[in-house]
Amino acid sequence: MESGYARIGSGLRPLRVAIVGAGPTGFYAADHLFAQEDLTVEIDMFDRLPTPYGLVRGGVAPDHQKIKMVTAIFDRIAGHPGFRFFGRVELGRELTVEDLRAHYHQILYATGAQTDRRMGIPGEDLQGSHPATEFVAWYNGHPDYCDRHFDLSVERVAIVGVGNVAIDVARILCRTPEELAATDIADHALEALRQSRIREIYLLGRRGPAQAAFTNPEINELGELLGADVVVPPEDAALDELSRAALEQTPDRATTRKAEIIQSYAQGQATGKPRRLTVRFLVAPVELVGDDEGKVVAVRLVHNELSLTPAGTLQPKATDRYEELPVGLVFRSVGYCGMPLPGVPFNERWGVILNEHGRVLDPDSHQPRVGEYTGGWIKRGPSGVMGTNKPDALETVEGMMEDLAAGRTLAPQVEDAAATERMIRQRQPLYFSYEDWHRLDEIELEHGRAAGRPRVKFTRVDEMLTALGKVRGGRKLAHDWAG
Amino acid sequence: MNIASILAKKGTEVFTARPEQSLREALSLLAQHNIGALVVVDEVERPVGLVSERDIVREAARNGQLFGASVASIMTCDLIVAGPREDLNSVASIMTARRIRHLPIVDEDKLVGIISIGDVMKAQRDEYQGEVDTLQIQVLSGPTGTARTG
Repeated sequence: MESGYARIGSGLRPLRVAIVGAGPTGFYAADHLFAQEDLTVEIDMFDRLPTPYGLVRGGVAPDHQKIKMVTAIFDRIAGHPGFRFFGRVELGRELTVEDLRAHYHQILYATGAQTDRRMGIPGEDLQGSHPATEFVAWYNGHPDYCDRHFDLSVERVAIVGVGNVAIDVARILCRTPEELAATDIADHALEALRQSRIREIYLLGRRGPAQAAFTNPEINELGELLGADVVVPPEDAALDELSRAALEQTPDRATTRKAEIIQSYAQGQATGKPRRLTVRFLVAPVELVGDDEGKVVAVRLVHNELSLTPAGTLQPKATDRYEELPVGLVFRSVGYCGMPLPGVPFNERWGVILNEHGRVLDPDSHQPRVGEYTGGWIKRGPSGVMGTNKPDALETVEGMMEDLAAGRTLAPQVEDAAATERMIRQRQPLYFSYEDWHRLDEIELEHGRAAGRPRVKFTRVDEMLTALGKVRGGRKLAHDWAG
Repeated sequence: MNIASILAKKGTEVFTARPEQSLREALSLLAQHNIGALVVVDEVERPVGLVSERDIVREAARNGQLFGASVASIMTCDLIVAGPREDLNSVASIMTARRIRHLPIVDEDKLVGIISIGDVMKAQRDEYQGEVDTLQIQVLSGPTGTARTG
């Protein structure tokens, strides 16, 4: 029987799926697809970076190695015979949506939310004011950020936001060089942080302790820092009347525990550690103040109070009380935002791909675009923890399977994995396969063992190419061009 | 997690009715779009009420001639709305406590979506599942760096 007549998803005619983005959602979706009964599926996963794992490699803090163990699960998924990885292949650069339509029955976009939301206040672009995500990408060795400079010669730094990313940044700034050396933090960051003269770190939350976005293990962990005392001003730690009433009405153990941990910091005594981390609540920056050279010297804060909305949540409201906090460095961590993908409908209001439960919608008809799907942060916005992407990916895959059963798939001209690889190799001769990644991983781990660290990361693409023998002396090897 | 994360994957359409529309028209909108409630809006698209299938059932039990009646005659006018950045867990407790099944979402006076108690429950379930899964990876990760899953 010719493959053209066989059922899509059968052994004779596998379902061909492209997953754009090699982060947790991409892997979870691949896992759900491989787990389907009576389905033969071939998955090609693309990433703009040479390395897989998305934010697990580039976002999760280097001193949180345990959570990175999830990569063992991703490797198991990637070990499926129907799985291929094409690193350094970017949608809009090496490939277009049309290329993917010509080669796959279904396309899943899982590119995450990569940019920081802005605070929208005067002085935001002064020297010394940075998005927290850039600092995170820098210390995690993201190739696009390894040449960034952060002035760690100042003594005082403010981090705007009290989510887990803000806490990560604060913790990394507080860690001693010895603590950092035990992690897989990028070498350039380790060196720069060794020279750091930062003494005072402020975390600034616009709401109260009960509404803070950080989770309890994260705030609890701050108390275990070897190099920094954690301080919360008692007036900031106390729960206001409305928060107290809300907790009484709807008791919630996690929130009660959160308030207790913060109280314990407020009652604690400084022990003379070299650094001090102060967590502030009910304050919001209204302006960054600069000097004559355009460098941040202070952040102007307004004091907030909480008010109850009709839907029962407590929202901050500015008062007429202000203060100025002298700082030489500011990191903003007030939320992430997705970036549009070329050729893919985007919902500007929520900063996500326009979709309904994972099916990409046509912007005019509001009907699903056949064969196009989305998952993870670029589908629902930046919410939840890493594992939240697992049920999220499942929802999308259920839609993909429903559509497949109903015969709603793309009709690619090419249904041949080898032909697709030839096309990709033509566009990006120096792509990275999963085997390439395994070899890089081994080298990184080996370098780590030699240095007594979990791993030493490659932070530049040319170093990765050289390490794998893909280029020598800046020239591409002949076999890389072979089809 | 906030309300926006639910609305972000619900497309852009919010199905609405006008107060002067008939209940027959409202019913066909509910059936056509397979939804449980319509937000009632005025001429500048500001929400002024909500009409749900339960409102219609209640009226039908009382009044055999309901089809010709107006949406305005039975809609809930005492409308509770929320903003997209409000916290999901707080909103969930209000919806449960007050038995609210549909909550219109308004941003800068503009109707931007509607969430149902089913949406909220699913989002909360996914969030908890995700937390459990993430914790499991941390707890079950072996000393040699291998993660096991259940």
